[in-house]
Amino acid sequence: MTEPRETFVSTPQGRTRVWRKGAGERVGVFAGIGGQPKWSPFLEALSQTRQVVAVSLPGFPGGPRSEGLDTHLDWIVAARDAMIAADLRGVHLVGASVGGALAAEMAALWPDDVKSLTLIAPFGLFVEAEPVADVFAQPPGGMSAILSRKPKEFDAFLAAPKGVDKAEWEIDALRARVAAAGIVWPLGDTGVSKRMARISAPTLFVWGDGDKVVPPAYSRRFGKAIAGKAKYKTVKNAGHVAEFDQPAAVAAAILAFLEA
Amino acid sequence: MKALWFHLMPYPDLKPDFKKKHNSVWVDIDPGVFDPEVGHRAYNEYIDELVHAAAMGFDGVCVNEHHSNAYGMMPSPNLIASALARETSDAAICVMGNSVALYNPPTRVAEEFAMIDCISGGRLIAGFPVGTPMDTCYAYGQNPALLRERYYEAIDFILRAWKEKKPFAFNGRFNKQRYVNAWPRPLQQERPPVWIPGGGSVETWRMCAEKDFVYANLSYFGYKASMASIGGFWKQMKELGKEPNPFQAGFLQFVGVANSRAEALDLYREPADYFYNRSFHTDPAYANPPGYTTEASVRAALGSQVMQAAEQSRRKVRADQSDIFDAGHVVIGSPDEVADTIRRACREMNVGNLMLLLHFGDMSAQLTRYNTDLFATKVLPQIKDLFEKEWENRWWPKGMNAAKRTLAGSTYEPVGIAAQ
Repeated sequence: MTEPRETFVSTPQGRTRVWRKGAGERVGVFAGIGGQPKWSPFLEALSQTRQVVAVSLPGFPGGPRSEGLDTHLDWIVAARDAMIAADLRGVHLVGASVGGALAAEMAALWPDDVKSLTLIAPFGLFVEAEPVADVFAQPPGGMSAILSRKPKEFDAFLAAPKGVDKAEWEIDALRARVAAAGIVWPLGDTGVSKRMARISAPTLFVWGDGDKVVPPAYSRRFGKAIAGKAKYKTVKNAGHVAEFDQPAAVAAAILAFLEA
Repeated sequence: MKALWFHLMPYPDLKPDFKKKHNSVWVDIDPGVFDPEVGHRAYNEYIDELVHAAAMGFDGVCVNEHHSNAYGMMPSPNLIASALARETSDAAICVMGNSVALYNPPTRVAEEFAMIDCISGGRLIAGFPVGTPMDTCYAYGQNPALLRERYYEAIDFILRAWKEKKPFAFNGRFNKQRYVNAWPRPLQQERPPVWIPGGGSVETWRMCAEKDFVYANLSYFGYKASMASIGGFWKQMKELGKEPNPFQAGFLQFVGVANSRAEALDLYREPADYFYNRSFHTDPAYANPPGYTTEASVRAALGSQVMQAAEQSRRKVRADQSDIFDAGHVVIGSPDEVADTIRRACREMNVGNLMLLLHFGDMSAQLTRYNTDLFATKVLPQIKDLFEKEWENRWWPKGMNAAKRTLAGSTYEPVGIAAQ
């Protein structure tokens, strides 16, 4: 696995990291709950046949600060600005978890700018009978256990690489959690249900069968409400971070969806 | 030295197997545990205890705010404070305090505090806590990333509402209001003293130092745990070139007085055990939502010895809860022993406001009275003089001239007009 090409673009929020790798049709990626602290096997797999463009949202590793973002509108505008700066208008868009919540908004508000949409266990809805878990109220150091089917491996993936200042790395991770909370606190309901009918892009819903954060049944709730054609993929032996737990299977599902 | 009698108002009837059967006393506490008749008795008993403390010569009576919490039954301390404003005549009414970030618009807090100040004849101490994560982010659903900013804005809002001579428009980041017009106005002009109950955050120390607020470290783990946080506050004060007036700092201490240490152990072991092992059964999952502790405090904790010491002492005292008395979570002993410990702790920390929990856990009314009376008659006289000659206390309610005060019940005509 080789590293991606790293550039920085400027957005109204500040300096924003963009990782690119691969050739072919562009696929824009909004990362999930911890952001993209490292290049991952999932992005690597996706980059084998497509050009992956992973842009950092405010607060997440590589992104500008998120302190000024007070409302969901602020977050939507920031995500749109990142999309424009990374030249992602009109391409395929993939968003996971909290990044999925914002990717869904991009497709709802600017339907002409999203060629296809892939949502991996997106936040955005809340159903009382089948609630989204309180992902932040976990025992100290226990967040990976609710996110992943392979918590130890996930912790290792999130750990500071050799030669990097550990304290700064931890602060980056904390900022990512603050940003994630900023997007979905307290329930995960972002109000997107009012706008889902505006999503006209063909959309793939990918869900880990063992997602303990956003119930897999939400995929149908989401899919039925959009105007575009919905497809569904349940990934076996995967938790909320399905793209980490089963990178090959998730990437294969997305590539098959893009082929179709 | 100012001594304030502080009530947490715990729910007194948690069963011995509470810890085994329930996840937490806070946030997700089982509503079925609450018996309203027990609540009825407890509230009335607790108000009586506060009123009695005021009559026994404590300088102030103190209440605070918690939500979905069985060790603190005051979601609205203002309700209790208004009763105390009527039932006491000289003690300061210390509301410690209102979690102002939770109230939009914060006008409500400006109004209610002004009411308490008027009713009490200018005896209010206005406390503004940011509030614990359990109370604010979980029980009240506030976004931790924005809580502190909301908190600072709400304090500015309230202080301005008390100060301005005309209605004004407030165009804040979170609060937008065309007409801010706090009516009634606080009796103490331009405002009641402001005290900030806090843990050990850099921002809180700095705000208190800059804005001339009292910093009160409210730890349930005694003066040894408070020491590092109070030290952090004084360090901040020094850096800003402010004088170390002990009346600008306070701390909370559980105390159990008896005729001897042996008797104290015998009397207070059970209520202390009830507090630490039953009603303080909390879930750490609710303790640290992302953004509640600011990046500056996280950085300071990584880089500063003071912050590390504060954190370590917190962890340490939490670790040996079996040593409730030896570690000083609860100071117990004869009146002389207690007075000696308190004098030394206050001197060492340079703190002039002592907030006392003389009721804790499921302590009976009888034992609470015993503890209160022994403290008032035998400990208080030994500590009262501390700092009084050396320092001016600018953070205490000014109050109305006693001769001008209307006392509760004094305007009441026993025989109504109709009967006449």
